[in-house]
Amino acid sequence: MKTSRERIGLALVAIALIALPFVLAAAGTAWVRITNFAVLFVLLSLGLNIVVGFAGLLDLGYVAFFAVGAYVYALLASPHFGLHLPFWLILPIGATVACIAGVMLGAPTLRLRGDYLAIVTLGFGEIVRIFMNNLSAPINLTNGPKGINRIDPFQIGALNFSASDTIGGLVFSGPIKYYYFLLLVLLAVIVINRRLQDSRIGRAWVAIREDEIAAKASGINTRNIKLLAFAMGASFGGVAGGMFAAIQGFVSPESFVLNESIMVLAMVVLGGMGNIWGVIAGALLLSFVPELLRYTVEPAQRALFGKLLVDPEVLRMLVFGLALVLTMRFRPAGLWPETRHRREMDENRA
Amino acid sequence: MEILLQQIINGLTTGSVYAVVALGYTMVYGVIQLINFAHGEVVMIGAMVAFSVITALAGSGLPPLLIVLAGVLAAIPSCMLMGYLLERVAYRPLRHAPRLAPLITAIGMSIILQHLALLAWGRNPLAFPQIIDNRVFSVGGAAISTVQIAIILLSLVMMAGLSGFVYRTRFGIAIRATAENVHVAGLMGVNANRVIAATFVIGAALGAVAGVMYGSYYGIAHYTMGFNLGLKAFSAAVLGGIGNIAGAMLGGILLGLVEALGTGYVGELTDLCDWPPAHDWLTAQCADGGNFVLFGSNYQDVFAFLMLILVLVFRPSGLLGERVSERA
Repeated sequence: MKTSRERIGLALVAIALIALPFVLAAAGTAWVRITNFAVLFVLLSLGLNIVVGFAGLLDLGYVAFFAVGAYVYALLASPHFGLHLPFWLILPIGATVACIAGVMLGAPTLRLRGDYLAIVTLGFGEIVRIFMNNLSAPINLTNGPKGINRIDPFQIGALNFSASDTIGGLVFSGPIKYYYFLLLVLLAVIVINRRLQDSRIGRAWVAIREDEIAAKASGINTRNIKLLAFAMGASFGGVAGGMFAAIQGFVSPESFVLNESIMVLAMVVLGGMGNIWGVIAGALLLSFVPELLRYTVEPAQRALFGKLLVDPEVLRMLVFGLALVLTMRFRPAGLWPETRHRREMDENRA
Repeated sequence: MEILLQQIINGLTTGSVYAVVALGYTMVYGVIQLINFAHGEVVMIGAMVAFSVITALAGSGLPPLLIVLAGVLAAIPSCMLMGYLLERVAYRPLRHAPRLAPLITAIGMSIILQHLALLAWGRNPLAFPQIIDNRVFSVGGAAISTVQIAIILLSLVMMAGLSGFVYRTRFGIAIRATAENVHVAGLMGVNANRVIAATFVIGAALGAVAGVMYGSYYGIAHYTMGFNLGLKAFSAAVLGGIGNIAGAMLGGILLGLVEALGTGYVGELTDLCDWPPAHDWLTAQCADGGNFVLFGSNYQDVFAFLMLILVLVFRPSGLLGERVSERA
């Protein structure tokens, strides 16, 4: 049972999260948007965490599932095909299609070792992007490199997520509405993840991560359980992709390059593979730090040198690269490690 | 027929570059059973360094061959240093860590290298200066250029050189012994650390030359070129049987041929108008000599990957490799 102190703590966190967008809106709507994208990255990281953290399968093409979800949403809710399905119908469709893509990717590679898997997933992510880029002929499916725009925002009855509403003197702008929706989804994903981790499936994933042969000998159907990890991770990516398309209102293959996969991987690794709270913290940290750098480094460079020497975008990728290298070198189980994972990583370092 | 011959020539050219890059992957894998993820970036750095030197010397009036040689000679030590650093930073400290760890550091290193190259050379591709008189010969209706001939010959020389080194010298024996069993090789007096570092450095040196060849064939070098080239060369190494030197060469050449022929013919093969008529709508599309090409040559980069998947599904050990299985 939770103590009363814990309850008070939870209530305070809840109040803070509910009040947050209005505080941020005072600093500028841009910060609400940045927060929304940070939450999207948290969702993606939690999805990838199932594959990399729980099951120990290094997936470098994770952004492909994000892309699949985004394109499913874009095609079913935009003037491109003239379809305008409601979002609560599209998000599950996107999750299903991404899930199928995950199984298709997982099936031929499951018998192989981790590093092969990494390369194959890397190639898979690239292939998905090549198809998105080129499926504009002979039939225009994806509109090629130009991407798809004028994607419908979320709509519940008369409540439109792209417009502002004033309720009781408070201005609910579009990004603020999305923030609350994302928060709800995040809550659901966290609950699902926690339940998964403690379930028979979650324990089977960890067993496979620690020692696949021993897991198999203990009667775990490693093939199905690994496929399940891929499928679940991919579905989460698909849902996040759908929301990304709606929030952004525009998708193009440009948004789904390898660097995005690496960014999500860096978030999972930095926070601590396998630990849900660590992964969330890692994702938030790596979402906000580059933004802060953008707002500080750029003016600082202009003030010091009179021109821009290091593009913030480059700096951001350098931060991600360094995060990967330094975490693995000095804190291999992540900043907030999962207990068992830390034991495993430390044991092997000795 | 001319198209077939032309695609074979083009395929041999790119294939020999893939083969040389694949050697870098396969040597490292043979010794430590890990993929050197950042190898593609090392190759890219080689091309960038060489192009900078060649561009700087282009107006100097030196003979063109000497200029290119200077570029290659500048690229080789830079890449060797890069390969050594990579081993020291990303692989050596994590040799006894779980397999995931060095992979992740290597991915980090490859991102860092790529963006440092972006800082150093900018976003725009470097162009190969027009200094070589690239003559084109006609062979049975197909064209082959001096650059292509040079690439194929140079690759053959490097492959022969590496084979000689690995199979005929004392250090080559040490490399093969380490690949067989690190601990036993250590007992026989082999310095495993030195051998492992050497495979990274040798692979990087070969990669440097491959980078220059690839860049001069396409006429440009770009900070993102290492990614695709690396992915393809890795596919080539797997196709031939990773860890196997002859396999990497065979895999590279085969992959180059498959890619060139695939790119050359995929448009014709997937033109549904050439197929038996299936549907009235399609027949209408094809009227007046129209085409309905499902996949054109813009899918060039897909072939290597498809090949990789097929090999992994049907013959994971590759054409010449030993059985690959999960180590206990």
